[in-house]
Amino acid sequence: MAGLGRGRGRGKGYMSFSIEAVGIGKGENLPPSILQPTPLFPPMEHKPVPLVMGEEAEYMLALKQEFRGNMKTLPFYVRPAVSKKDVERYSDKYQNSEPSDNTLEWNPDTSLSVDTPVDPKPSKKTRVDKEEIIHKLETLEKKEEEVTSDEEEGEKKKQEEEQQDGEEEYDEEEFEEETDYIMSYFDNGEEFGGDSDDNMDEAIY
Amino acid sequence: MTAQEVRLCGLLLQEHFGEVVERIGTHLLRGGAQNLRTIANETNTPLDLVKKSLCVLVQHGACEFGSGRRGPGSPVEYRASCERVLRVLRYPRYIYTAKTLYGDTGELIVEEVLQRGHMTMSNTVKTVADRLTHNMEEGRSMEYSEVVSAFSKLVETHFLQRCPPVAEMGTAATSTNPATPGTPAASASTAPPTAESNPDCYKLPHVTLIGRGKRRRSSDDSEEQRGGKKAKMDSESCGDEGIYWQVNFERFHQHFRDQAIISAVASKLDQTSSEIVRTMLRMSEVTTTQTAAYTQPLSANEIFRSLPPNYSISRPILDQYLSLLVDDPMEFVGKSGDSGGGMYVISKEPWPTWRELHWSLWYRRGWCVCQSWFGSRSARIFRLLLRKRHLEQKQVEDFAMIPAKEAKDMLYTLLSENLVQLQEIPKTPDHAPSRTFYLYTVNQLPTARLLLQHCYKTVANLIERRLFETKENKRLLEKSQRIEAILASLQASGAEPEQLTEVEEMITAPERQQLEALRHHINKLDSTENQVDETVFLLESYIFSTKTK
Repeated sequence: MAGLGRGRGRGKGYMSFSIEAVGIGKGENLPPSILQPTPLFPPMEHKPVPLVMGEEAEYMLALKQEFRGNMKTLPFYVRPAVSKKDVERYSDKYQNSEPSDNTLEWNPDTSLSVDTPVDPKPSKKTRVDKEEIIHKLETLEKKEEEVTSDEEEGEKKKQEEEQQDGEEEYDEEEFEEETDYIMSYFDNGEEFGGDSDDNMDEAIY
Repeated sequence: MTAQEVRLCGLLLQEHFGEVVERIGTHLLRGGAQNLRTIANETNTPLDLVKKSLCVLVQHGACEFGSGRRGPGSPVEYRASCERVLRVLRYPRYIYTAKTLYGDTGELIVEEVLQRGHMTMSNTVKTVADRLTHNMEEGRSMEYSEVVSAFSKLVETHFLQRCPPVAEMGTAATSTNPATPGTPAASASTAPPTAESNPDCYKLPHVTLIGRGKRRRSSDDSEEQRGGKKAKMDSESCGDEGIYWQVNFERFHQHFRDQAIISAVASKLDQTSSEIVRTMLRMSEVTTTQTAAYTQPLSANEIFRSLPPNYSISRPILDQYLSLLVDDPMEFVGKSGDSGGGMYVISKEPWPTWRELHWSLWYRRGWCVCQSWFGSRSARIFRLLLRKRHLEQKQVEDFAMIPAKEAKDMLYTLLSENLVQLQEIPKTPDHAPSRTFYLYTVNQLPTARLLLQHCYKTVANLIERRLFETKENKRLLEKSQRIEAILASLQASGAEPEQLTEVEEMITAPERQQLEALRHHINKLDSTENQVDETVFLLESYIFSTKTK
């Protein structure tokens, strides 16, 4: 660029616009250029505006804190699994481990399940109880480990799609990977010679 | 989804739903739509915890599921919504608004529905009645019918709405809403249906709920029994299974916007005109959709009839007020015809009135920000630039009446913080610098976005600081909680005052002071979050109004 070429021989900072226009006079002290990230807690020159205090603000504050407290007791607060203790102790068998998160008390309503195209009747299940959900989750997990075949795929898809929990596992990937050949590369020669009948002038390469 | 937004969402999820949900939620927000396996693998979380977290997120409307990208056969994909999670900040405001409109009952209903995400009507009524009974004096309890009437008022004014039916996966099918078997089949669409697309969105189910709230006592056997009906209530289903209700956030936002208009009118004109505008808005509350350009035209006769009784102004004075409102440069009210004594509309269009209003509300915020960061003189420059749109360096100095050197300094600071931009206007086609005008200007939309991101960052910082303070003083807080529990149990079992004072003295005086200071700090931080959220609302709705034209 021509402009840069001209500027190489000059003093500090030749910029593409004339600095007088922006208002910096000649030789004026510019603030020093910044060579490091800004400090984490920059000093504040001006005090911030005081908070709005009033009945409304205090009431909303109380509401907020109460809401947070309540959320912690609801089953929606998912607690991670208890980490294992260092050594397995004999008394573990007899001690009641800390109450598992009470998510199980809340049963997502599976009547909002989605209908599959295969099943014409809308499958509206009523509230399943705790044991059924655990049982279903266990059976689904077992099924994941089984070798899949086409039929089981279809069945599993149907069953799984009926649950709102969405354990939608799709095994086509596993199925495809069992063969060594990538299916799309295989050409069985059906299309050969099919589209050259119209124009005989051009040679076929 | 900017980094600041995701960070704030993560903190909110963590506070309300725990760390596991936070991990899953932030992963979904960062990564877009994913299926179950991917989430489990990438977050290294056991599958059942992932399922639970997804259930929690779906329950609260923060996550949606839909068919995967590879077509109807591929696994279900989950999508989290950043916007929805950010709403959690505004919950106290929603609850407070419900209280001002519908009293304690309304407040508790909205609070319950917000806590649980989706709830059936019967569940809500029972829980709220129990809570109200708990707070009443001995011997009195809350009738279900009162709660039901508050609930129906909330539904009529559209503050509560039915949850949308679940999206179908692939092919057309009937909706699974049991109360409306005659709904026409929804066409196959890949977009999830909104609540509004359900024609029965605001229809109350036919449920008869008879009974009173239960008071929870320590001795569970002696409960209030009224003719055995209540015992039956618990076991039988109330006939509205599957109809879930959620809070209609858009309606609340409309209400906040209306309040902003009313207060703007009140501060610009006077109380009576604000009452008139309030009446007009209330009359058209339910008939205008959120993105409508104008409210339905209202005739002056109707307005006159609907004015609140304590504002007994005569008809000609009303007409005068209306013409004043119409002539005001802010154009709060527009005139759209002469039938019925004059038809008036309130413009909700981004341009001119709503945009103007937003703009003026927004620019006040920008001005306040400017002032608090850089001082009142920078704020003066900012305001000047907003008013005059484009100014040269020299003109800024003259209009703002600030000496040249300081003005330059402030302008550069504003420029470096991106509150102000430089606009080049070339005189010649080759853009030669000596022959170009350089004008300072404020680009409203980008600056608004910048301020919004700053706000998100601020709230996230506030939350982190609060968590830090709580963690630092955890030992002290736990100790004080234990002592309170001991005190409460001692008092309940009737102990002498000496024992109580002995227990109280377990907390030493400096510890007490420390606790006080801690509580004060935490309250302040919390309160600040609420107030920053007001600015967030304003900025968000300004940005939204510029998008939808």
